[in-house]
Amino acid sequence: MGNVLGLINLINEKQYLKELTTHRNIASVPFGGRYRLIDFTMSNFINADISLVAVFPKERYLSLMDHLGSGKEWNLDRRSGGLFILPPIQPHETSMGDMKQFHNHLSFFERANADTVIISPGHHVCKIDYNEILAFHRENQADITVVYKDFYDGAVEKLIYHQCIVDEDGNVTDINLFNVPQAGDHISLETYVISKSLFIDLVKKCAANEEYNFLKDAVKANLHRLNVKGYHFTGELPFIHSIESFHASNMKFLNPQTLKSFFSEEWSVVTKIKHEPPAKYGQASNVKNSLIANGCDIQGTVENSILFRGVKVKKGATVKNSIIMQKGEIEEGAIVENVIADKEVRITKAKKAVGENEPLVIKKAEVI
Amino acid sequence: MASKKWIAMLLAGGQGSRLGELTSGLAKPAVPFGGKYRIIDFPLSNCTHSGIDTVGVLTQYQPHLLNDYVGNGKVWDLDSDFGGVSVLPPYKGKDGGEWYKGTANAVYQNIQYIDRYNPENVLIISGDHIYKMDYSKMLAYHIEKRSQATIAVIQVPWQEASRFGIMNTNDNQKIIEFDEKPEYPKSNLASMGVYLFNWKTLRSYLIDDERDLTSEHDFGKNIIPNMLEDRKHLYAYHFEGYWKDVGTVESLWEAHMDLLEVNPQFQLDDPNWKVFARNANHPPHYIGEEAVIKQSLTNEGCMIYGTVDHSVLSYNVQVGYNSTIKDSVIMPNVHIGDNVHIERAIIDSNCVIEDGAVIGNSNPSAKITLIGEGQTITSTDQKKITNI
Repeated sequence: MGNVLGLINLINEKQYLKELTTHRNIASVPFGGRYRLIDFTMSNFINADISLVAVFPKERYLSLMDHLGSGKEWNLDRRSGGLFILPPIQPHETSMGDMKQFHNHLSFFERANADTVIISPGHHVCKIDYNEILAFHRENQADITVVYKDFYDGAVEKLIYHQCIVDEDGNVTDINLFNVPQAGDHISLETYVISKSLFIDLVKKCAANEEYNFLKDAVKANLHRLNVKGYHFTGELPFIHSIESFHASNMKFLNPQTLKSFFSEEWSVVTKIKHEPPAKYGQASNVKNSLIANGCDIQGTVENSILFRGVKVKKGATVKNSIIMQKGEIEEGAIVENVIADKEVRITKAKKAVGENEPLVIKKAEVI
Repeated sequence: MASKKWIAMLLAGGQGSRLGELTSGLAKPAVPFGGKYRIIDFPLSNCTHSGIDTVGVLTQYQPHLLNDYVGNGKVWDLDSDFGGVSVLPPYKGKDGGEWYKGTANAVYQNIQYIDRYNPENVLIISGDHIYKMDYSKMLAYHIEKRSQATIAVIQVPWQEASRFGIMNTNDNQKIIEFDEKPEYPKSNLASMGVYLFNWKTLRSYLIDDERDLTSEHDFGKNIIPNMLEDRKHLYAYHFEGYWKDVGTVESLWEAHMDLLEVNPQFQLDDPNWKVFARNANHPPHYIGEEAVIKQSLTNEGCMIYGTVDHSVLSYNVQVGYNSTIKDSVIMPNVHIGDNVHIERAIIDSNCVIEDGAVIGNSNPSAKITLIGEGQTITSTDQKKITNI
């Protein structure tokens, strides 16, 4: 099997997670008690033994750079292969489309020691076996493989998903861009397999025509000409596109079966190491159905919640149905319910923070 | 020639036979501690925080796990081009080679390694103690006193003084006498096994000691007494803080219980003094609907459905429904079934405790029960439980 380049495409991201995405991109939003969303895609790549990974951020990527660093946590700090972060060269070009940024970094692709490119967005929480998809791609002698999943999540108002029409032989015959997904629709996961030579060819051709959208101008426009196959992904993948769906996707992990299926010895999800001590529980702690990361200090009550690294819950404080990100502090007697608290939020003594109809988002470092 | 201000030599070759089954498959410094660490993480992290960039780790007994664990030292920021961490097992050179005969001999056999860095001073530390110490303060003291050898000391209770190497000093903290485990101690200043030597001085003593056929080649028994006899300038450096020898099953258990105090003397969560450890990358731990967890330390990858009271759980431990863990230490990857009772025990890594098993003795004067690595304990299998 040849070398594969894992490409994480963050150029098409929309900042739809409110305060969580005012200062960072979606891929760097914390998830599941100790991860960032991008960790799942990074880990899927390394679990498939892909050792060359390129990340294409669009904006607000300081937090991403800090998180990925040299890539050593993912064993990507190496001489052959490694981690490349390839930002926009001209900031005003970022709105032109992902292909513009690929074209600006064409020499990277030309030099890359790979014959196949796998493209994925950076916010999918899933375990996806890229080797299986590569095998599918090669067996079918596909020019492009498009990965899709059946949609059965709740209603989505935003026009952000693309529907794939797939015939019985697995050929993608049409793509409806920016569609309101109906139950059972095949939704593109914006995950593709393509040979490097075809990819470079398409990037060049599109650039010549000033067309810069990979899905529209490279995939959809060539459906009649190229062998484009649909790969049906049937694993777990919660669609994250709003605060509610982000909250619900996190809460799915308050389930031992989900935890065991996502995190195992054979499939580790790797994240940046923080060297936090074990979590500490006090005399009066009362914790039920919760995920607790290292470095937490819990003296109060925590139910149906996810606590990231280094969160403190003081005596008499109550946290329910909430997500408290890194280094949050819930002081004595405070009540927190149905909340998503970004990093370093402090709820002071006896204060209440309660989300009514939808989860209340508290922005980074806010003090209530 | 390039030179360094100081380097450290970490004695990690000990078998730790008083830890019983805990060290049947690994060296004492590799024994897990505090839920996510190994004992060696404490001295190595001390080196990082003290600004030491070169550490020789002297291994001998069961070195494989330790070699693998220390690796290239990047966890402790000890991966560097000139220096960094080096694991130093005994080796054969053109003049032969042999097992390390004692602590001093282990350093003697690595004179070439130390000379490569041409250090002014050499810090000798060991891998058997739990403590946080800024060695750079000791170095400043050593330089200020123009000391040839500085020995870190800690005040111990008088009634325990006869278990330690005791320093007798004058008013200026100059060491005038060293008593190894004295029956009638004249002071309660115990050696912590942390020595800072002027390298030129130590080098010549190591060479002389090697020629002495009656020597046990030990720092405490030979090198220090010889230097005192020659009226060299040796000073005691007072360390204040938590320091615990975890060389026995009882003391290892006690050190864990110390961590569980409401205001522990030894804090793992000091943001300015993180203890670095190789990380196993597990998800956050899950506390179930019916679980009860009080006054405990818990790590990533655990799944807890029962009751955990005043205990330390390492990573990847499962505690089943209706089970109780009390006053105990559970090492990594232990699977505990339903209706199990464990009290005052240490359960070593990879054990399986089947449904209904009862382990340990709640009597505070009873010895701590130790279940060795990888054992399976069933509800009827009481025989396997060893009180030592």
